[in-house]
This record gives sequence, C-alpha cells and structure tokens, in this order.
Amino acid sequence: MTTLTTVPPTTSAAPLAEPPAHFRDLLASEWIKIRSLRSTPWTLALTTLFVIGSAAVAALAENNTLKKMSPAARTDQGFMVFDAFPPAGYMTLMLVAGSIGALTVVSEYSSGLIRTTTMAVPARGTVVLAKTVVTAALWTAVGTVISTGGFLVSQAILNTNHAGVPLTHPGVFRALAASALLAPVCALIGLGFGALIRHSAATVVTSVFTLLMLPPIFSQSAHWSAAVSHAMPVTAWKRLVQNWPPDPHSLAYSATVPGSWTVYALWPLIAVVLAVTAVRHRDV
Amino acid sequence: MIEVNELTKRYGGKTAVDQLSFAVRPGQVTGFLGPNGAGKTTTLRIILGLDAPTGGTATVSGVPFRSHSRGLRHVGALLDAGQVHGGRSAVAHLSAIARSNGIPLRRVDNVLQEVGLADVATRRIGGFSLGMKQRLGIATALLGDPPVLMFDEPVNGMDPEGVLWMRRLFRRLAAEGRTVFLSSHLMSEMENTADQLVVVGRGRLIAAESVRDFAARSTRLSVVVSTPRTAELAAVLTAAGASVEVEGAPDADKLAVTGLPADRIGALAFDNRILLNELTTRTASLEEAFMELTADSVEYLAGQPR
Repeated sequence: MTTLTTVPPTTSAAPLAEPPAHFRDLLASEWIKIRSLRSTPWTLALTTLFVIGSAAVAALAENNTLKKMSPAARTDQGFMVFDAFPPAGYMTLMLVAGSIGALTVVSEYSSGLIRTTTMAVPARGTVVLAKTVVTAALWTAVGTVISTGGFLVSQAILNTNHAGVPLTHPGVFRALAASALLAPVCALIGLGFGALIRHSAATVVTSVFTLLMLPPIFSQSAHWSAAVSHAMPVTAWKRLVQNWPPDPHSLAYSATVPGSWTVYALWPLIAVVLAVTAVRHRDV
Repeated sequence: MIEVNELTKRYGGKTAVDQLSFAVRPGQVTGFLGPNGAGKTTTLRIILGLDAPTGGTATVSGVPFRSHSRGLRHVGALLDAGQVHGGRSAVAHLSAIARSNGIPLRRVDNVLQEVGLADVATRRIGGFSLGMKQRLGIATALLGDPPVLMFDEPVNGMDPEGVLWMRRLFRRLAAEGRTVFLSSHLMSEMENTADQLVVVGRGRLIAAESVRDFAARSTRLSVVVSTPRTAELAAVLTAAGASVEVEGAPDADKLAVTGLPADRIGALAFDNRILLNELTTRTASLEEAFMELTADSVEYLAGQPR
C-alpha cells in the first residue's frame, strides 16, 4: 500500500495577496443574507403594523371608557402605559423577534448553508458575533419604530379625549426604551437557542415556550417563584414599562427596575456566549 | 497541496476514516474514489475544518484550513450543491459569501458568467435544477481564485454538455497549477478526468497512484481471440499454460485468454494452422480494476446479508 506523505513540497501556487480580514465584511455579508430573503421585509412590516395597530385598538377602547367618566376624572388618569404598549401586541413582537432571531442561525443549519458559510469563514465564532450584531441592530431599529409609533398613535387617539401624554411625561422614555429593546433581547435569545439546538421546529418551540409560556407558570406570591418570574424578559419588560412604584402593601413580590435592566442584559449575553462556544466546539 | 496524515474519524462506535494518509499535489487532477460510505465526504469535511478529526492531521498548503480567518482565497470547495438557501437569488447568495471575504462584487458576475448562470442570476435558487445548483456551487468555489479546489461528486445531476464543460474546467484549473481534488464513486468519470487517484474503502487507503498504474493492477488483463475453431484453439492455449474462457455469446466464436501475451497466442495459432479473425489485447478498464480492488470493502451491498 502506497502512501504519498513523503513527497517533497511542490511549488503550490500561494494565495494571492490577501486583504486583512475585517469584521465589517462579515457584518455586510450577514446583512445581505437578511435583506435578500423576501420574507424579511414582509415579516417586519406586518409585525410593525400589528403592534402599532394593537396600541391603536387599546387606545380606542380606552376612549370609550373615558367618555363615561366625568371630565375631572378623565384628566386624572396620567400615562396609560398599557394603551401605548399593549401586552398582546408586545407578546406577538416577542414571538416574531424570537423566531426570526432563531431562524437567522437555524435556517443555515437546516439548508446546509452553514457549511458553505464556514468554508468561506473558518472563524466560526466571529460569524456568530456578526449575526448577533446585525440581528441586534435590525431589531433595535424595528423595536424603536414600533414603540415610538405605538406610543404616538395611542396618545393621538387618547388626545381626542384630552387623556394623552407627551413624550416628555415622566416614565415615558423608560417605557419607550424598554419596549424598543424587548425585540433585540428576544431575537438574540432566539439566536442563541438556534445555535444550540440547530433544528428549526425544536428551536422555535423552545424559544416561544421560554419567552412566553414559561413566565406565567411562576406566581408572584412565593419568593422563589417570584424570583424566577422576575428573571424572565417579559416580566422585566412589564416592570420597566410600568411607571408607578409597586404597592408597598401588596403581598406579592415585585421586580425592581435595576434588576429588570439586568435581566435585559444577561439573557442575550448568556445566549450569545453559549452560541459562540457551541459553534466553535461542534462539528458543522 | 493537500496532505492527510494518519487521519481517523470515529462517530460513536463507527469508524468512518481509519488512519488515512495521502497527499494531493498541485498541477494535476486527483480523483478521490471509493464506494458509498467509504469515508470520502468525511475526509473532505475534515480537510475543510468542518469536522474535527478523532486523530491525525489534515493540512492545506501546510496549515490546517481552520487556522485561516477567511477561507475562499485558500480553498474553494463544493461539498453538496444543496448547501444554499433556496429563498435567495444566485447573485445574492454569491454576494453574501464574496462580501464575507472582502472579495469585490464584480467577481460575482465573473464567476456567474464562467459557470453559465448569468442569465438566471436573479432567480431564486430554490427553483434551480440539481445541475444548476452544481454550477452555482462551482461558482462559489471559484470566487476566491484559490490555489486548491475540492469538489464532492460534482457531476451528479449534470447533463452531458455540463459534464464535458466540467471536465474541461477541472483540466484547465489543474493546468493553471492548482490542486484539484474530485471525489466520485464512479470510476468511469475519473478515467476521463483524473491524472492521479486516491482510492479508499471503508475509511482505509486502498491505492494512491496514477490512473494508469491503477488500471494495470487489475489481474484481468486479457487477450480476446476470435476464430471459427474455438475448441481447437482453446485446447492448444490451455496446453501452453493459459486459462481460456468463452467470451460473449457461446456462438460468437470468441475466447478471452489470460496468462499468454498476444504475440505468443498468434504464434501458437499459426503453428497449428488455426485461422484467427481477431486478436486484441484488452487492458482492463479502470472500472474493473476499481470493482476488483474495492470488492472487499463495499459498505452497502445489495441483496447480501452481512
């Protein structure tokens, strides 16, 4: 049996002058991947319309209630946050952002494109980081449009009853920021699950279960259970949007504002660290 | 230059590649042959850094491929034409890949032109035939103008015109001094394309040599003789130490003779006044040599319990 391992190295054509590897090239590449899918603009447009629409519907319903109130009671309502940021709309946003975030990774595994990508860029961890940055940037932009749009539309509707508040109202900015950032937080959590699970259906189910189904299981009345609930992104979002302090006489445990921001930071951070680690160590 | 040294890959209890060593040199087309399940794709995946070997090393131009931060200028490869996202157009797919390596986008147009997909560049890949996807995969491999090219079963799904085009492309790439490594389970394809062969079976090396040397390994070198007096000639040749079989249909008057060269057979026939209508030395086809050498290592054999 012949082996040819001892052949002297022949003049193998050296690769042509290779430009330095820039991270921004990977960002551009991932951005091309996202925008070249026809489903991307449709999904983003429909989600934006739905969430803003849900704020409009909530504000219109509120208007009907307000009409039955005395004019004095009407002006006393302050900032009606859950008209501007209706949970039903934002849970839908979480669902879509989590799923699309997951698909940015999983669609590469299910199609096999990940092998083509990895042959082009053997530095796999860097690819995950580029996906992270592009996903975070895209969903922060979409989230900002949605939260600002929903706020402005709902307040314009409430203003017909003189019940709207301006952007400068106390607590509005935090609510806007928390609502805008909810989308990238969920998208990155989905991305992390995608890199760990690598299977489309399983990833989407896991993301949706973790983000939306799991939190209501934990009540606010027992300490440990409340602690778990407060560690969930959806609970953190509700606490950050809410502009009144928790009732000190309530028997329920209440999440804190700094704690909720920490939850916002830690979930995506852990998701991305796990994703990079898994992708670097597993066979593609 | 691709060098594989003592490469081993085990998945659970199954050994896909077993202490495999070979080298693929530049300036030639090297065929990577083996029956299905012989470990060809696994070996290619390890060379490309997609899978980590259980043992041994694989290097391209002296370094492990995974040590590069960008790969297209070092190795161009087509593993599976299906490894694309069907929702993108050919041009978007290639642009994303080119951009990741800082390759200018005009190169995308060049390679699309080269593989003959310029007219369908903006169509969704999902609607492509397998042959078109193979061309797209080759376009991807060519993007970085790399010195080493690897293709896994590239002719699958190609029409005859496409197969010819591809063969010429591989020969040209090799003539340009590049290392061209092609896997296939079809020997006949290699016969027309490759200079060198690396043959594997069940993850082990069976042969690494030139196509000609490989064909000569076959024990089936034979001479075909046609004569109206087959029985007489068979008796003469057998007496001279050859082994004789009836060739083709029993009434075709042809014999396949092994163990005697053609000139000796001609002389014996002449001495015995036997008329010969045909006397042909038949070199075994590559296919036969391949079947013979890999017979013991076929992984999935139809109709036989193992």
